[in-house]
Amino acid sequence: MSNIVLETQKLTKYFNDPVRMQVLKEIDLQVEHGEFVSIVGKSGCGKSTLLYLLSTMDTDYEGQIFMDEQLITGKTDKELALIRNAQIGFVFQFHYLLNEFNVLRNVMLPGLKLGQFSEEEIEHNAIEHLRTLDMQDQALKMPNQLSGGQKQRVAIARALINNPIIIMGDEPTGNLDKKNSDLVFDIFNELTKEHNQTLLIVTHDPDFANRTHRIVTMEDGKIIS
Amino acid sequence: MNYKLLFSIAVHLMRSRLKQTIIAGAGVTFGIAMFITLVSFMYGMNDLLDGLIINRTPHVRLYNEIKPSENQPINLSKEHKNEVNFIHSIKPKDRGKSIYNAKSIIQSLKLDQRVIDVAPKITTPVFFNSGTIEISGVVNGIEVLTEQKLFTLNDYMVDGKIEDLQQNNSIIIGKGLSTKMLLNKGDIIKITTPKGSLASMKIVGIIQIGIAEIDDITSYTSLSMAQKLLGAPKSYITDLQVKVHDITLAPALAKEYRNRYHVDTIDYQTTNSQFETGTTIRSIISYAVGIVLLIVAGFGIYNILNMMIFEKMDSIAILKATGFSGSDVKWIFMSLSMVIGICGGVLGLLFGFVFSSIIDMIPFNTAALPTVKTFPINYNPMFYGIGITFALITTFIAGLFPALKASKVDPVEIIRGK
Repeated sequence: MSNIVLETQKLTKYFNDPVRMQVLKEIDLQVEHGEFVSIVGKSGCGKSTLLYLLSTMDTDYEGQIFMDEQLITGKTDKELALIRNAQIGFVFQFHYLLNEFNVLRNVMLPGLKLGQFSEEEIEHNAIEHLRTLDMQDQALKMPNQLSGGQKQRVAIARALINNPIIIMGDEPTGNLDKKNSDLVFDIFNELTKEHNQTLLIVTHDPDFANRTHRIVTMEDGKIIS
Repeated sequence: MNYKLLFSIAVHLMRSRLKQTIIAGAGVTFGIAMFITLVSFMYGMNDLLDGLIINRTPHVRLYNEIKPSENQPINLSKEHKNEVNFIHSIKPKDRGKSIYNAKSIIQSLKLDQRVIDVAPKITTPVFFNSGTIEISGVVNGIEVLTEQKLFTLNDYMVDGKIEDLQQNNSIIIGKGLSTKMLLNKGDIIKITTPKGSLASMKIVGIIQIGIAEIDDITSYTSLSMAQKLLGAPKSYITDLQVKVHDITLAPALAKEYRNRYHVDTIDYQTTNSQFETGTTIRSIISYAVGIVLLIVAGFGIYNILNMMIFEKMDSIAILKATGFSGSDVKWIFMSLSMVIGICGGVLGLLFGFVFSSIIDMIPFNTAALPTVKTFPINYNPMFYGIGITFALITTFIAGLFPALKASKVDPVEIIRGK
């Protein structure tokens, strides 16, 4: 059995506005199971664009993306939503919790959407994830009562709820101070070590990148190392 | 699709914008309440005004009209058969007012399934004598119980009741007549018939139809009294008043009876076309106003949902990023709109009912209608059905466009835009 979780073949992307411009040039990338990969590069090199293509949210590209050896290029909106729900976990720079729900509910939502387990089981899992991130005391608070670092930990718990095959992060530490950045890194590191979780993180932070297993450097829409 | 989850998300979104949601719902409530009140009141008023004339009018009337013979003697001549004949100075032929063979016509009409009942009647002009003054008027000889059944005369009685006419030698006179002649219940009235005979009758009641012209001249007595008054035989009947189950059949029935019984007939639609028009226009106006109110409420919902979607862009993006599809998001906003519509609509029905009940209690005394004490309201459940249906349609459409917009939100744009 192949160990490849995510693979791209000749991935090319154009921006049409204001002028047609090639942002990604025939990118071939493979991520193996259990890898902790960081993508680095200067602003505008296309690293975030690449991540959004991989996340299936952006479908306007040329080339092919395989996830878990399945071609996901050309699937319908509904099928892609299911893939995002079940197989990908997201952590964004600005936390992006739903302010209308409390912390526990935020973590539970993707699980409820998937509907694989009963509500009680999902709640139990959510509390377990919050406990490993040392957030169980905040479970019933609203997101606006939390600090930035706490919010990011809730977002990680949410990303984990459906046991995704890969977690993607877009500058998850970009908005945090040094202490909280380290905390988030330690959580990620633990996930790969103890749970063999695959991680793909776009980052600006060289300290963060240097501590990951593999660094993918991008420049002008190409992978250079 | 997990509708329960989508619905709970919609409820949470609503709760975080409770004030706006309530305002949107209040718009629908107000629209529906006003619609119900307006339509109930208008229809109550319509029923009242229609009742004034239409309930008093037979659906089909059978009578003998004074008119020239349709077949003039020249038409019988074989010599002039193929020519166009001009005849001058034709005079109407008096065939007598009495309907020939009235009893058997009544029997045959009563067997007709489409007919509610038939009320025979005699109408004759008379003079009422008060001292030296003679006032011209009309005596209607009626079959008391059938007349009450078909035309509910008791609703118009100011004094006494219609059943008292069954006593011998009794009469009920119009309110105008009683005022003019200073006569009250229990007094005796003197009558001169067209043939010159005199009669004294006891007044057992005063009736007020509500139309001065009629109240000033009209009076009622029993069929047999009228026949006695005129010195006519038992078979003498001048009018047959027919009420049918389905009023729209009246014109067709009028034609059928004309041919079958060889009498003149006139249907309700021909006699009262102006009332039909008035009723229709009043209904159209009340529906138009009600529907405009609801459309305005619909715009309110549309606006508020649009605003909400604009505010909740982040939430929509995150829902999509964590696995909710476009149609899930559409459902969230559709159910949000429908909740507003259903809650607002049901409250509207309730308030509409309350408002109409309040109007129903406001005193409304009119000389025209002695039995009506408060404003009339028609509590037809159909209005409530129309109200809620229209509320749901309006909110559905008002919610559909913002929901489609929300379903098309591109999460990448929102997440990158920060």
